[in-house]
Amino acid sequence: MYQSKWRSLTNHIILILGSLFMILPVWIAFASSTHTREFLFQHGLQFLPGGHFFENYGNILFDESATKGRVTALQMLFNSMVLGLGFAIGKVIISMMAAYAIVYFRFRLAVPLFWVVFSTLLLPLEVRIVPSYEVVAQLGLLNSYTGLILPLIASATGTFFFRQFFRSVPDELLEAARLDGAGPWRFFIDILVPLSVTMIAAIFIIMFVVGWNQYLWPLLMTTDDKLYTIVIGIKQVYNSLYEGGQIPQFPKAFALTIMASIPPVLVVVIFQRMFIRGLVETEK
Amino acid sequence: MKRVQFGHSPVPYLFVAPQIIIIAIFFLWPAAQAVHQSFLLEDAFGMSSQFVWFRNFEDVLSSPSWLKSAGFTVVFSVLVAVLSIAISLFLAVRADEIIRGAKVYKTLLMWGYAVAPPVAGLLGIMMFNPLMGDLYILLNRIGLDFNHIQNGNDATFVVVLIAVWKQVSVNFIFFLSGLQGIPKSVTEAATLDCKSAERRFWTITFPLLAPTTFFLMVINLTYAFFETFGIIDVSTKGAPGGATATLVYKVYVDGFLGADMGGSSAQSVLLMIMVSILTVFQFRFIERKVHY
Repeated sequence: MYQSKWRSLTNHIILILGSLFMILPVWIAFASSTHTREFLFQHGLQFLPGGHFFENYGNILFDESATKGRVTALQMLFNSMVLGLGFAIGKVIISMMAAYAIVYFRFRLAVPLFWVVFSTLLLPLEVRIVPSYEVVAQLGLLNSYTGLILPLIASATGTFFFRQFFRSVPDELLEAARLDGAGPWRFFIDILVPLSVTMIAAIFIIMFVVGWNQYLWPLLMTTDDKLYTIVIGIKQVYNSLYEGGQIPQFPKAFALTIMASIPPVLVVVIFQRMFIRGLVETEK
Repeated sequence: MKRVQFGHSPVPYLFVAPQIIIIAIFFLWPAAQAVHQSFLLEDAFGMSSQFVWFRNFEDVLSSPSWLKSAGFTVVFSVLVAVLSIAISLFLAVRADEIIRGAKVYKTLLMWGYAVAPPVAGLLGIMMFNPLMGDLYILLNRIGLDFNHIQNGNDATFVVVLIAVWKQVSVNFIFFLSGLQGIPKSVTEAATLDCKSAERRFWTITFPLLAPTTFFLMVINLTYAFFETFGIIDVSTKGAPGGATATLVYKVYVDGFLGADMGGSSAQSVLLMIMVSILTVFQFRFIERKVHY
């Protein structure tokens, strides 16, 4: 393709500026997280890393008194991992099964059930947050992984992704499978699941990131520090920044934000192609 | 629907059961409760309640703080959607043209998708910290008299900036894949016919991207409505004086911190109606797109 030297140069300049816009805040946060709080307080945010990386990060990872809650960052990372994986696995399995039933079977309640599932798209958890909290409290599920994960799964986005995908699978496959005598279970396990592997992986990656990044729901239903996810931990540490009349713990807050971002960012960067494929194919 | 399907059997019921059970317990039940509560007036201790028809809705719709919050939500959502779409479209067009280093730029511009909104909120508010935030100091040094803690417009600027920063990467990914879906022959023919890159963009590329742009508009509005909760809660908490409280944030503040269940539920139901309009719109659009 024809391209002038000038156009190509401006392209690079614009893309470098765009990348800096995205990266700079995170870089400043990282550099600042490796200084002492006294140093930051006197000299402001830093562009170059200091010498307190191991001290600051080690402290917050393993020492319970370093975070406001009585929980280490390591425990918070573990909780986030449980939430991310539990949400992603649960969502993929449940929505794939439901989509299979909706696309491949003719049954009496199909239409009403489809509309029940569809209705969940209209009302995000944020909107029904107060009654959801009451329901989970009545079921005695506050401060449990079950109560953390299940209400988040009660939205049918995944079902629609799989429904869309299954509809694009050629009809001949089912005909052939039935000629070979395969029943509904055999067809699902031996043909449909292997055929959907890349789709499953893509949705899994997206859902893991969504689960890891949950905020409002975990904020409300986890009052026990031991169940804090790392994203919630950030708010707790930030709220306690100015307590006690001491110099604020800015490096600590920055260290937590860096740790909260590394796992989902790594997943997205490593599985870039699958992730983009999933995002673009599922949402359109 | 499929031309070929399995016949009658209990199997499909087993397959939809897990989803339907979870939806019934954690979606239908709370949703019904939200609608029910929106017609009730509870006393301060939640001991007794009275059925008051649409009074909660009348109260909400005539309350100055709700109207202020609704106004902010509209301004905020439109600003966030338009700005983040414009910036990412600009970047995506440039990234699509480039041959050398394209992969590096793509990675550098898309990872932001994975950052949690509250994380973005904290990063942003630290940059605007009056004690040491670089942007706070910079804006004041160039003589803008910037103060987001007391000035509502300045606070709006801060939350819009953070929300746009967080959203650029999502839009970038969609635009880039949209651009790469345009056949090479079309781009080449256009290049032969028209030397001006800018005219080529507005007459050929942008119309071809129109469905993507429209789709992103809906996605971005939904994002600004709901997912910015974490940004606002960590950065401004709706301050000063509710100037940066979105409607979703207000549902949370009134229901959980203010313990006004009826009012909060009425707000939820109103929001639900607004979102259903958006979603139905989006769903029809998606269905139409699938056919070509």
